[in-house]
Amino acid sequence: MDPDLQLLLNGVVSGLLLGGLYAFAASGLAMSFGMLDIVNIAHPALMIAGAFSVVVVGTALGLDPLLVAVLQAPLFYVLGIGIYSVYHHFFERRGEEALQGLAFFFGIMFIIEVGLVMAFGPEQRFLDPPYAFVTLRLGEIDVPLRMLVPMLLAAAVLGLLLLWLRSSFTGLAIGAVAQDAEALRLMAIDPVRIKRLAFGLSVALAALAGGALVVVQPVEPTSGQIFIGRVFAICIMGGMASLPGCIAAALLFGVVENVTATFAGPSWSPAVAFGWLLLMLAVRPQGLFGKAA
Amino acid sequence: MHSTTRRDLGRFALGAAVGGAAAGAFPAFAQSANPIRIGFAMALSGGLAGNGRATLLAYQIWAAEANARGGVLGRPVQLVFYDDQTTPGLVPGIYTKLMDVDRVDIVTSPYATAMIAPSMPVVMQRNMCFVTLFGAGVNEVFKYDRHFNMNITGDNMKETYAKGYFDVAAKLPTPPRSAAILAVDNEFAQKAAESARFHARQRGLRVVYDRSYPPSTVDFTPTVRAIQSARPDVVFIGSYPPDSSGILRAASELRFNPPMFGGGMVGPQLAAFQAQFGPILNNLINWDVYSPEPTMNFPGVADFQEKYRTQAAKEQTDLLGNYIPPYAYAQMQVLEQSLARVGRVDQAALAADMHASEFDTIVGKFRFSASGEWAEPRNLFVQFQNVRDGDLEKYKRPGTKVILAPENLKSGELRAPYGPPGA
Amino acid sequence: MSTTAVVPATLAPPPQGAAAPTRHLPFWLGAAALGVALFVALRLIGNEYGYYVGYFILQYVVLSSAWNILGGYAGYVNFGAAGFMATGAYTAIVLRKATGLDLLPGIVAAAAVAGLLGLATGYLTLRLRGVYFSIATLCLAVVLHTLVVNWDYVGGSRGAYIVRPREVPPFVSYGEYLFVVMLALAILTVGIARAVQHSRIGRGLQALRDNERAAEAVGVPTLRLKLVAATLCGALMGVAGAPLPYYSGYLNPEAAFGLAYAVNAIAMPLIGGVGTWAGPVIGAVVLGGLQQAATVTISSALNLWIVGWMLVIFVALAPRGILGWFQGRR
Repeated sequence: MDPDLQLLLNGVVSGLLLGGLYAFAASGLAMSFGMLDIVNIAHPALMIAGAFSVVVVGTALGLDPLLVAVLQAPLFYVLGIGIYSVYHHFFERRGEEALQGLAFFFGIMFIIEVGLVMAFGPEQRFLDPPYAFVTLRLGEIDVPLRMLVPMLLAAAVLGLLLLWLRSSFTGLAIGAVAQDAEALRLMAIDPVRIKRLAFGLSVALAALAGGALVVVQPVEPTSGQIFIGRVFAICIMGGMASLPGCIAAALLFGVVENVTATFAGPSWSPAVAFGWLLLMLAVRPQGLFGKAA
Repeated sequence: MHSTTRRDLGRFALGAAVGGAAAGAFPAFAQSANPIRIGFAMALSGGLAGNGRATLLAYQIWAAEANARGGVLGRPVQLVFYDDQTTPGLVPGIYTKLMDVDRVDIVTSPYATAMIAPSMPVVMQRNMCFVTLFGAGVNEVFKYDRHFNMNITGDNMKETYAKGYFDVAAKLPTPPRSAAILAVDNEFAQKAAESARFHARQRGLRVVYDRSYPPSTVDFTPTVRAIQSARPDVVFIGSYPPDSSGILRAASELRFNPPMFGGGMVGPQLAAFQAQFGPILNNLINWDVYSPEPTMNFPGVADFQEKYRTQAAKEQTDLLGNYIPPYAYAQMQVLEQSLARVGRVDQAALAADMHASEFDTIVGKFRFSASGEWAEPRNLFVQFQNVRDGDLEKYKRPGTKVILAPENLKSGELRAPYGPPGA
Repeated sequence: MSTTAVVPATLAPPPQGAAAPTRHLPFWLGAAALGVALFVALRLIGNEYGYYVGYFILQYVVLSSAWNILGGYAGYVNFGAAGFMATGAYTAIVLRKATGLDLLPGIVAAAAVAGLLGLATGYLTLRLRGVYFSIATLCLAVVLHTLVVNWDYVGGSRGAYIVRPREVPPFVSYGEYLFVVMLALAILTVGIARAVQHSRIGRGLQALRDNERAAEAVGVPTLRLKLVAATLCGALMGVAGAPLPYYSGYLNPEAAFGLAYAVNAIAMPLIGGVGTWAGPVIGAVVLGGLQQAATVTISSALNLWIVGWMLVIFVALAPRGILGWFQGRR
């Protein structure tokens, strides 16, 4: 095979795998930020908190990180409900979510990051399952299980989520709360309850993504900062309230990043990715897949 | 200018009192009420905190030992330090506090270049003698004649840093013809890469890949694959801890086995890294500062490391202490030896002594050059050999991190290619 | 939330303003007197540390007052304060390297470049909902960071050194000189922020914060106002950054784009009280002073933790900041 073509193919495949991780990380945000209009910039920090708890519990019990991530997800769901209740009580109810609410999540992010440093020290933590060192070879294309296995989990979780959002009554209500909370009220559904549930889910998703991150790479308390810009960019490119849009944007983002890194050198990939977002905000603010606002 | 004069007078008076006390006029008084205060900022939180905490522990071990010996100049030693949070903006304020409010006798540096540089202007303004730790060419710009840097890289990083690596490369069974260079965007790695470029060119190697990457890179697979497809014989990488793991992972997943792989990666020197990677490290040839090989068994270093390791777990620092800690301890030894020779706290005399003398420390004997760097650079290139698992015990003994360069410290033979045996 | 009917009331000059038009002279005289008093007091103490603490706090007075013009008055949250500040800092470095010009011309140039950047960002994104603007500023900081890292002329990731002179007559030291410069900049910035607040621009911005559509409907030129605010805000943030390379003698991208600037630029106005010129000043003095004190007393990660908790508790319990307490009691 032509070496350039081979490079391109591998760049695309590794980009899709990386994009899968981004999709996992961004999907929770697509729920909170996109559907509920809650600008949760602590989302990546919550993801890292989930990752640390996976490392600690997984190391202590000798369990697989992804298994721990799934088992602990309900705890983070409860945490999410707690955070939303505080947020709703102090900000949403008063109609002060724009500025003060943003600052609230900013503070939460800070508290989580520094709290992790104080509890675990600044060093990186890791928990490698045995398959993290295995690579599949499909012809000229390498597929490391370290990337593939978390992506399979991501696909399973996101698939179930999508199905649930589309078919169950509560799922449809979550979709509706983004459009028109008043209409829900008329149908005798409490929008606050729906939002609380959805926000809890988004935090559980963050923690699951954290578990996936542990398999992909070692984590540090400040690892979340790398993801903030990326997950928001993906959310906006995906058209905010659309989960499939978010997943597509994440995969595209991963491919752009990795193909740029392959051919133009890695130092340009963030600028290309974010420059693309800036440009898009200017010309097509509803996102790649969103309907015109 | 009034206040300057007043301050100088104050310092003169203080200096006189200290001189009298040290001469033995009031030895008891001096012991209890007049400690020698050594001030510094140190990264105890933020990005550099890993090495910052290890450094602090080494200082504290030294201070406890010095005080058990009866102090320095007959006065007890006291460390005055603040957390710089790895935020350069806080550093100038901390140093003015140390010098003007706490009135410490001696200042030493924070950890690493980005924090040392902002401390330089304020320290220079007070004409203090300044022993720094692991800076990279800070004094090339400031040209301060009372600056001394505790780092093995020496004066001319461009010509000396990567020399050992390419000396080793010349001994490969098949002489190498091409090289690839990848470095993270920060000052130390870029200087390392510059040196690698220089040596590759000098030895007529074709540089087939030469790129930088940003610290926020998540996935190194495409980058390592691009290097792999350029088919270099020698790969030189300058990277920092989170990225070093990503790069080694990617290389192992892509079965990238060039004749020589490694260079100036920061990370493989640290215990957490060694525990995680285990056998993946085999045959990696990497820059280092210390390895417990017989050729580096300087007097005192084993005792120090033993003490360090008993306290490391509790202090949440690097468990082995093979990287910065011996040099941090030696940095304090430099101060102690110089103070003993000068006999008083006199910044000018201390600087003159440091320029003139040879120091004998737990990291060996060395002198400072005119610009305050080590006169003889000592960049080690070590190869990881016989690593079967992530157990750390073997890193306390010889034979795991074998020294290949420089020639006078060499403790083993080169193994090639990179990668697990039998791959 | 406000309705269309409320808007004209908001647009009308505030009652006190009608009785006595905003008096500028007493403010400037008072501010100048306060500045001189601060300077004399520090000189009498004769301690260099005072200048550095003063500089540290005053740079945040400038930064958070600048942020407040767009964030507080108009409700557009800028996450990229560090990006604008770094733009100012690197403009000063470039000017120094290219022409040898010193700190003061550097500040002027920084204001121009960062102001243009603010205008461009505003032009690209201010037509969108506020939150897009916030995300765009976050991305802008990343893009600028990458550009600086790849720009060899300013040292790239290796950073740039500025060797400052040891003496600057008639000042006692360079530290004092920097302090005086920052003091003047702070007074100027607060003055501008105050003037904007009491001008037609400020009232227009407040109207669009309360209800943008309604404001537009009654003829407030919202986009133009926002662009003016974005330009001013960018320029003043650049000004806050211009002396930074002189202050530390060395600047690398990581320091210039540090998270602390972005956090503080938002936290300080919120804790002090958004929407008025005095809020950011109070916030910067309280939070900046607290951080300095914590740096040399607690001196651990705990210090940052406190900032995070303070921010959360303040926005939850005192949404109008410290200033809100006093206004509430009145």
